[in-house]
Amino acid sequence: MKEQNINLTLKIWRQESAKAKGNFEEFKASVSPHSSILEMFDELNNNLEKEGKDPIVFESDCREGICGTCGLVINGHPHGEKKKTATCQMHMRSFKEGETIYIEPFRAKAFPVLRDLMVDREGLDIIQQAGGYTSFNTGSAPDANAILISKETASLALDAAECIGCGACVAACKNSSAMLFVSAKVSQFALLPQGQPERYERVQNMVIAHDESGFGSCTNTYACEAECPKGISISNIARMNRDYFVSNLKLQNV
Amino acid sequence: MINLDSKVPEGNLSEKWTNHKFNMKLVNPANKRKFDVIVVGTGLAGAGAAATLGELGYKVKAFTYHDSSRRAHSIAAQGGINAAKDYQNDGDSVYRLFYDTIKGGDFRSREANTHRLAEVSNNIIDQCVAQGVPFAREYGGTLANRSFGGAQVSRTFYARGETGQQLLLGAYSSLNRQIKLGSVEMYHRREMLDVVVVDGKAKGITVRNLITGEVESHSAQAVVIATGGYSNVFFLSTSAMMSNATAAWRAHKRGAAFANPCYTQIHPTCLPQHGEGQSKLVLMSESLRNDGRIWVPNIVGEKRDVNAIPEEDRDYYLERRYPSFGNLAPRDISSRSAKYACDEGKGVNGGRSVYLDFADAIKRIGEPAVREKYGNLFEMYENITAENPYKVPMQIYPAPHYTMGGLWVDYNLQSTIPGLFVGGEANFSDHGANRLGASALMQGLADGYFVLPYSIGNYFGSEKPEKVDVKGAEFKAAEDSVNASSNKLLSINGKQTVDDIHRKLGDLLIDKVGMSRDEKGLKEVITKISNLREEFWTDVKVVGKSEDINMNLERAGRVADFLELGELMAVDALDRDESCGAHFREEHQTDEGEAIRNDEEYAYVSAWEFEEPGKWKLHKENLEFESVKLATRSYK
Repeated sequence: MKEQNINLTLKIWRQESAKAKGNFEEFKASVSPHSSILEMFDELNNNLEKEGKDPIVFESDCREGICGTCGLVINGHPHGEKKKTATCQMHMRSFKEGETIYIEPFRAKAFPVLRDLMVDREGLDIIQQAGGYTSFNTGSAPDANAILISKETASLALDAAECIGCGACVAACKNSSAMLFVSAKVSQFALLPQGQPERYERVQNMVIAHDESGFGSCTNTYACEAECPKGISISNIARMNRDYFVSNLKLQNV
Repeated sequence: MINLDSKVPEGNLSEKWTNHKFNMKLVNPANKRKFDVIVVGTGLAGAGAAATLGELGYKVKAFTYHDSSRRAHSIAAQGGINAAKDYQNDGDSVYRLFYDTIKGGDFRSREANTHRLAEVSNNIIDQCVAQGVPFAREYGGTLANRSFGGAQVSRTFYARGETGQQLLLGAYSSLNRQIKLGSVEMYHRREMLDVVVVDGKAKGITVRNLITGEVESHSAQAVVIATGGYSNVFFLSTSAMMSNATAAWRAHKRGAAFANPCYTQIHPTCLPQHGEGQSKLVLMSESLRNDGRIWVPNIVGEKRDVNAIPEEDRDYYLERRYPSFGNLAPRDISSRSAKYACDEGKGVNGGRSVYLDFADAIKRIGEPAVREKYGNLFEMYENITAENPYKVPMQIYPAPHYTMGGLWVDYNLQSTIPGLFVGGEANFSDHGANRLGASALMQGLADGYFVLPYSIGNYFGSEKPEKVDVKGAEFKAAEDSVNASSNKLLSINGKQTVDDIHRKLGDLLIDKVGMSRDEKGLKEVITKISNLREEFWTDVKVVGKSEDINMNLERAGRVADFLELGELMAVDALDRDESCGAHFREEHQTDEGEAIRNDEEYAYVSAWEFEEPGKWKLHKENLEFESVKLATRSYK
């Protein structure tokens, strides 16, 4: 698999801390078309370290699009322009010789920049802690086949459960809303029989935690769905809104 | 002084765990809150243990170096999780799962631990379903299963190609519930850099806050290490970028024996290396071997287009050599066979890859059915390689994937340091010399949900360990040692980067301590690694400062540990003068190239005691087999 390297100009966001003012720094790169964009960063950082300069801080881990650690805004798109892929799955062959690429962190009020391209996404964990579970203790479960779940339901629940918690939906949204993220978890449990006992309490608690963590409101622009690396559907938000409405009625004993 | 008492309970194999649970000391519910437990790592084993210990009423502090506990590398497991449910009515049982696992491990694991793993496997599936894990289902609503390498029954539960993600999110959800309830305190972005031992017992840890750079001490009456394996010692592996051996290694240097470091698994179905700029290898789930056929051209120098190569010029080498298991032969055999085919020059275009072909499966069950089973894996393959596997066979090659070796633990998963427990891939206990597919998720969750919570309770109940203040001398000494190490790394200011040296280490190891090993190569590589370590400590360049975000410094510390561990892997491989499982010594093979074990002399666990870098003392735990008969592993 030997092909000619492609030459690119990179404009990469550098920022010392949440409070510091950031700016784009320009780099030149010559990279194999088979490399991933993060492998290009690895090479770039290796060269910077060799020169005794601070490497560009960015986060990544599994490099298989499943852990949700990586997340760059590439030419204005969270995780790049290619649909249904995470940053780590983006390959340099999708760029043209001589192209200039702009790389920025996920930007949102709820995601303060820690350094360069690394942001703090703790708000997403706080939302999950508010209700993203079924309340039962280890050891108390009935036999797994005692709960029958249709293939279709299990499949729909998994469609929602595939969310990798990267926060691209927040970065894509003009309001910095994390509703796609919240609705994915709410939907997974709303669809499954195991989630029924706490269904309405859960949606209340998770939506409240969302709002309190500094995320904005959903105004149905669908930008989240368009940028989601796992293709989580906006229909989850509709399902969540329905449950939220019902839960409000239940709270008022209507 | 290291004492390798395995503490395997008395009684028949199938009754040991039940008896042991009854004989263990309990802690009164009101007293549980007086006991603090530290859990390092939040993958399946760590999150499972932290959540369950929290549910039981202990005070838990959980640590991860990630920004969220959901990101541990358990999340990337694709294929599935084994359990002995026998929902398929195909003759499975706890004993069969136990036997397959111990045979797959080439009779180098502890019988009692492996049997317990099989015993609790069924509870794991129940637990995960109750958590809302959306496993694959049949039309009637029951759970679906698929087959995996090394087994002739269908016992693997799965959620598309994302089983690890779904199981980890399940454990993460249980952990979140405990965080909300206040029984677990969660510490993100902390890297464990030392374990603190007071009067011979583990009493806490030293961590570095990866945002502020501050070195912190945390105390507890027991510490659990569940920080995964060390495949990244090879530089290129399927492990996540940050996966490392540091927590386990620092514990080793404080007195925890390291067992069977040479047992490292090279997974047969990974994407071939694309070039020099590569940072990581990508795994394709082994479940692909259910329907994909592995072959290479029969002719060295084959130039025809792959689809134009006729049947008679293809060598389906696994089907030919192992007719009853065929493409589902265990991982070590499949990997080594691919290596040999490529060594002979029969690899694709003479390079280092073999074909994994779905043409027959598509003919047999149709493209939609193949898509239903493997759709996301095919998409992933096409995304990375820009080739369509529905039309052109995939190309695969083995890659370092899992490490069976790890910290030595007894039946209670306690290391040789009392109060220090080890779960999941970080321990050595259940897989012997080779792990079967879909057994890592099973072991991680077994340890986390069903073993550690019991055995830690027993430790508290019987030993009644005291609390120790973090202001004590031992904590101060550990902090000083961590700071000294950071300062040393930052002051060398040499010419090579951390990655430069890590790549060199990886090249040495994959060549001499990879899929096959021999005495001469091992002796050579021990010297070379020792020299490379010297080179690292005199010529590495680490930039920035320690009181700050500094990923360069983080990696430097991990590579420093890999340079010591890598040498121990070679030392262990040299000591084990037999072939077994993933450890293949060229000197010990049949005329047909099959491994020859030496049960007379090597039916033991090697447990290495650290003396100084490059110097260890070997202790042996003899493996006693009461239930299974040691047989020559045959998959023919």
